[in-house]
Amino acid sequence: MTSSHSADDGKPADGTSAEGAFADGPPSDGSSGAPGRGGAPAPAKPTAAKRFDGERIALGLAAPVLAVLLSLVICSILLLVSGKNPFDAFDVMLTYGTKSDGQVLTLNRATVYYLAAAAAACGFRMNLFNIGVEGQYRIAALFAAYVGGQMDLPAVIQIPLLLITAMLVGGLWASIAGLLKVYRGVSEVISTIMLNAIASAVVGLLLVPGIFAPEKGTTTNSIQTNPVSASSHFFSIETAGGTLWGFIVIAVIVGVLFQFTLNRTRFGFDLRATGRSETAATASGVNVKRMVLISMAVSGALAGLIGLPDLLQNSFYYGQSFQAGLGFTGIAVALLGRNSPIGMVFSALLFAFLDVSGTQLPLPQNGAFPFEIVQVMQGTIVICVVVAYELVRRYGLKRQQQKVGAELAALAASTAKKEVSA
Amino acid sequence: MRRSTKLAAVVLSGSLGIASLAACGAKSTDDTTASAGASGDSGIKVGMAYDIGGRGDQSFNDSAARGLDKAKADLGVQITEADAKTGEAEADKETRLKSLVTGGYNPIIAVGFVYQSAVEKVAKENPNVKFAIIDSASSTQPANVTSLTFSEQEGSYLAGVAAANKSKAKHVGFIGGVQSELIKKFEAGYVAGAKSVDPNIKVETTYLTTPPDFSGFSSPDKGKEAAQGQLDKGADVIYAAAGSSGSGAIEAVSNKAGTWAIGVDSDQASQPALSKYKNVILTSMVKNVDTAVYTYIKSIKDNAPLTGVKNFDLKAQGVSLATTGGHIDDIKAKLDAATTAITSGATTVPTAP
Repeated sequence: MTSSHSADDGKPADGTSAEGAFADGPPSDGSSGAPGRGGAPAPAKPTAAKRFDGERIALGLAAPVLAVLLSLVICSILLLVSGKNPFDAFDVMLTYGTKSDGQVLTLNRATVYYLAAAAAACGFRMNLFNIGVEGQYRIAALFAAYVGGQMDLPAVIQIPLLLITAMLVGGLWASIAGLLKVYRGVSEVISTIMLNAIASAVVGLLLVPGIFAPEKGTTTNSIQTNPVSASSHFFSIETAGGTLWGFIVIAVIVGVLFQFTLNRTRFGFDLRATGRSETAATASGVNVKRMVLISMAVSGALAGLIGLPDLLQNSFYYGQSFQAGLGFTGIAVALLGRNSPIGMVFSALLFAFLDVSGTQLPLPQNGAFPFEIVQVMQGTIVICVVVAYELVRRYGLKRQQQKVGAELAALAASTAKKEVSA
Repeated sequence: MRRSTKLAAVVLSGSLGIASLAACGAKSTDDTTASAGASGDSGIKVGMAYDIGGRGDQSFNDSAARGLDKAKADLGVQITEADAKTGEAEADKETRLKSLVTGGYNPIIAVGFVYQSAVEKVAKENPNVKFAIIDSASSTQPANVTSLTFSEQEGSYLAGVAAANKSKAKHVGFIGGVQSELIKKFEAGYVAGAKSVDPNIKVETTYLTTPPDFSGFSSPDKGKEAAQGQLDKGADVIYAAAGSSGSGAIEAVSNKAGTWAIGVDSDQASQPALSKYKNVILTSMVKNVDTAVYTYIKSIKDNAPLTGVKNFDLKAQGVSLATTGGHIDDIKAKLDAATTAITSGATTVPTAP
């Protein structure tokens, strides 16, 4: 239960996000929504509600925009101090971003980041801090690569089979932490972090010649599984800028399902309710233990998908140089996107753009900027966004209070007038 | 319900919109005219893509950089360099190599086995550009890729012989950066060398990270911690095959009197950044990546490019022990005997622990 205390820190930012940028809450959701709405007088309702929505969108956007601007300023100062012109650096990045190959790479990267963010956000939405996305996707990708290398079924069976394998392995691995939390009260923050280390060790144990890697490899000094069969290759779209991964469709489906489940199903309501207040959820009949188990497993299952775009579209095998660290990127992307399925689209695109265009910075023909600048930018965005959310939340609260106060005063004035005239 | 379908439509059309935007834009490679030979004395432009750590790691990458610098000075080639970062995607490596191709660089040298699949892919797309990859070979690589590999186990065997002879406690240590096949070759040779001197010698083995975490090659803090652990257990000669993490191990060793460190890849005692520790660096297992890089660039210049897999072993001076500081002069005879045994084929050094 200690975790719920530490979780409270993240809650304010999360709390606003539910009714945040996108005012899509059904009327029944009003209880969780703005107190101002309930107290608003009937006559001014349509216009006031409209204005309020516009303001809410502006407020929702204010925090990420503020964070990005702040990080740009910090990076500019850093570049100036090191004797480089920051605008040249931004120009290099933007120029690459307008090129078709840069865009395709950005979209491919954003696909991966979005899946990672969705996996993390699924837990965050109910105050379940799944830090273990990292280990879950690696172990899931390894098993998917192994199964894909062993079997050669028609693509219509093979690809769903691999998707299910990866989701199952990821979900099972995450469930260890879920079970520990429910039955032994182990904080999922601690257990998932530790499971990351264990996942690395398990991958290291399995990815050796004779177990998951072929006895006699084709390369020296690097070890990888057999390449997955040709039927496992996911469809892709050839564009002028290179190969666009078909997995972007899966990412869109995940996003839509996430949004639908969260806002239109009982499970989603229970999930958000548990995230807001566990005791209140329990009191209203939500089985919190069951929710923890399910959302942990779902989070892990989504994590299982993270490694698949690269596995089924690019490298076709799981090797020792399989990209690590995506789980942690996912947490940052989810944070920036306020755990909202739509917000995370933009944050995933932003992070992908920074990473992809960042590769152009160190090249001598572009001015040999230090590529660390991108990491600094991402780091400062994440820090700034936390601060900015809190600032914007306080400002929004103040605005709300002022508005309610003004409306109440107007109401009081009008009733007083009526009384006088009566 | 209606709202969510609308939402789905918006998201889908949005993503397709971006996708179609991508399809019609210009490529970043369009406007660059390949201008190889336009400037520079020899007309050869060499691009080098470093492994994690990059130039300045005092070890593996620096060794490659020395070869490049020598080629620049002696052969008059133009050079450019690009660094890798920890935890980057496979696509980042490909982009790096493609950018070098676009910049008109030919040949392109990829430093480190992590580049294997990226080099293969980009080389297939650019059959007219020559590539070299250090430390790796593959049976599927195209003909325009040359592999430059080393017999690390043979040099490490000599390091093991030196360590066993210098250890008073009969207890030595090995620190590997990342538990990969390559570093296991170092371990295998080192252990075999130490045991050849004293079959009962104790050898501590620590790996800093396991793949796919390659940060073990660039984390001096991890190296220091691991070395401290081995010193505490009683080891008094520590061999760190861990890229720039090795400098941390050397630092830890320098804090305990009567202990030795063995460097790797470069002659670490003569590296400026490590010169303050030169009194504790017994020797270094030098992997002459510089020779390999220089030989390769020279072969291109002489119009007789090296092709296929070129292995640099003890016999070909691909690996050797550094003698800076003269700390191993007293056991020179023993080392020479071991060297002869290997080069003559009398001793076969194992490649796996």
